[in-house]
Amino acid sequence: MSSNMMQHVATLEAGEDRTMVLNMGPQHPSTHGVLRLLLEIDGETIVKIVPDIGFLHTGIEKTYEAKFYQQCVPLADRMDYLAPFSNELGFCLAVEKLLGLDIPKRATWMRVLLTELTRINSHLVWLGTHAMDIGAMTVFLYCFREREELLKIFEAIGGQRMFTSYFRVGGLAMEAPLDWFSRTKKFIDTFPEKIDEYEGLLTGNPIWQQRTKGVAQISAEDVIKLGGSGPILRASGVDFDLRRDMPYCGYENFQFNVPTHKDGDVWARYVVRVAELRESQKICKQALEGMPEGTIRADAPKIVLPDREKMKTQMEALIYHFKIVTEGFTVPPGDVYQAIESPRGEIGFYIVSNGTANPYRVHVRAPSFANLALLPAMCEGKLIADVVAAIGSIDIVLGDVDR
Amino acid sequence: MALEPAITDIETLKEHPALATLLGWRAESVQGVKWDRNELAIFVQRESFREACALLRDNAKFNFLADITCVDWYPSEPRFEVVYNLLSISNKERVRLKVKLDGSDPNIESLVSLWPGANYFEREVFDLFGIRFNGHPNLRRILMPDDWEGHPLRKDYPVEGYR
Repeated sequence: MSSNMMQHVATLEAGEDRTMVLNMGPQHPSTHGVLRLLLEIDGETIVKIVPDIGFLHTGIEKTYEAKFYQQCVPLADRMDYLAPFSNELGFCLAVEKLLGLDIPKRATWMRVLLTELTRINSHLVWLGTHAMDIGAMTVFLYCFREREELLKIFEAIGGQRMFTSYFRVGGLAMEAPLDWFSRTKKFIDTFPEKIDEYEGLLTGNPIWQQRTKGVAQISAEDVIKLGGSGPILRASGVDFDLRRDMPYCGYENFQFNVPTHKDGDVWARYVVRVAELRESQKICKQALEGMPEGTIRADAPKIVLPDREKMKTQMEALIYHFKIVTEGFTVPPGDVYQAIESPRGEIGFYIVSNGTANPYRVHVRAPSFANLALLPAMCEGKLIADVVAAIGSIDIVLGDVDR
Repeated sequence: MALEPAITDIETLKEHPALATLLGWRAESVQGVKWDRNELAIFVQRESFREACALLRDNAKFNFLADITCVDWYPSEPRFEVVYNLLSISNKERVRLKVKLDGSDPNIESLVSLWPGANYFEREVFDLFGIRFNGHPNLRRILMPDDWEGHPLRKDYPVEGYR
């Protein structure tokens, strides 16, 4: 513990004789990674809560400045490791906006399909771990059963289970393997029954209801002031979803509802996220059924790697390949802010280009980082046992918080 | 979509609600504008920045502070460009505010009193760029260790760090 933090604890301790300071984390299993909380408590009541973050800070934004644009995509995966496709999508869309590049329809629809699958994946991990934190062990096993199949689907298409790096600036890495669509369809078709199972375990469960209803409540006004986004915002009654309200990547072609809830407590966030699972399933179904034929790469030979076949037969393709791999591609000067709706809320990529092959500056507006600021507002004055429920309901990923 | 050249003429863009609000309030607070790739960026005078934000929040419905970050244009001056992304949830619209700061003593008014959510973002910018936010209640490092020296995202800070 550094000296400043010691001082900080000291000021907490010097406050009142009645209170004591309790350290929670960073190795506490229910902090979902390495979140450290300093709790000033008065008996069982929390007086003050101070999150201490930065344990996973790896300087990704600095590293970006030394990479080519395409090399940034795998790094984007590693921030929010539960929703890799959302990060990749945000980054690729931002660079494509800088380039003024049009993406073929099939690639767009594949992106929507995969991003929604990643939302399901992320929400499943959230539901499983959140329920386990509160004491419902079984749900975890059910959720991870489906997540395992999803990870296999990701592995089949991207070659890796979690850090897929499948999206490319200008399209996708490669076509999906032969049986991939039927396998995904099978998963999507059976998934609603699985959601019923989770709900059967939790929704009517009186212990679950008592641990979540009225706990860690926060008003819509406070969420907006504190910069909260995503399911938390919607669970407090604000009907706002970037996919519907500021569409990107062809989301305007899909029909889905935006679930909201007015209570703003842990229960409301549970209801909203479970409803989002169902909506994502619907979007995946529409994407699968309406999947357009055609190419998956934009027609931009200086940016997108050529086919292997062409490289063997055409001189230009070989030259372009060599140039892109060794020198990257240049991006016209300018700056863009591209925000998308990740499972955790608004993830925004602010990219500044100075006309070279490396980004001049990349900033990531990480949803977990912003949402973590809601924790003190949710917990202060409440019971210590509810902190765990509150953390789970915010659904933070510490890789995303610290970057 | 082919890229269109950026528009930097205030007259052409004055219909945009954010810009109209600021121009109607204090025309000299707007130092420049840029409409590029369907995004509006306004360069705001440093002195009237906090009031401009309050005005945008209350009168132009830009009620959500999505992000605060910074760009270092070392070695040119003014060196820093603090970037604020505002979102209007009801109008579904974004605007980007930028403030230029000198490299010698970069400091700017904090927005925590307007949006408590600015707290973490400003601490992050302070931590990684060394920009002071006047009036911030708890301006400490947030991602780097407290005893760290230097501000890693500055351009004169080597990628591999000091060894």
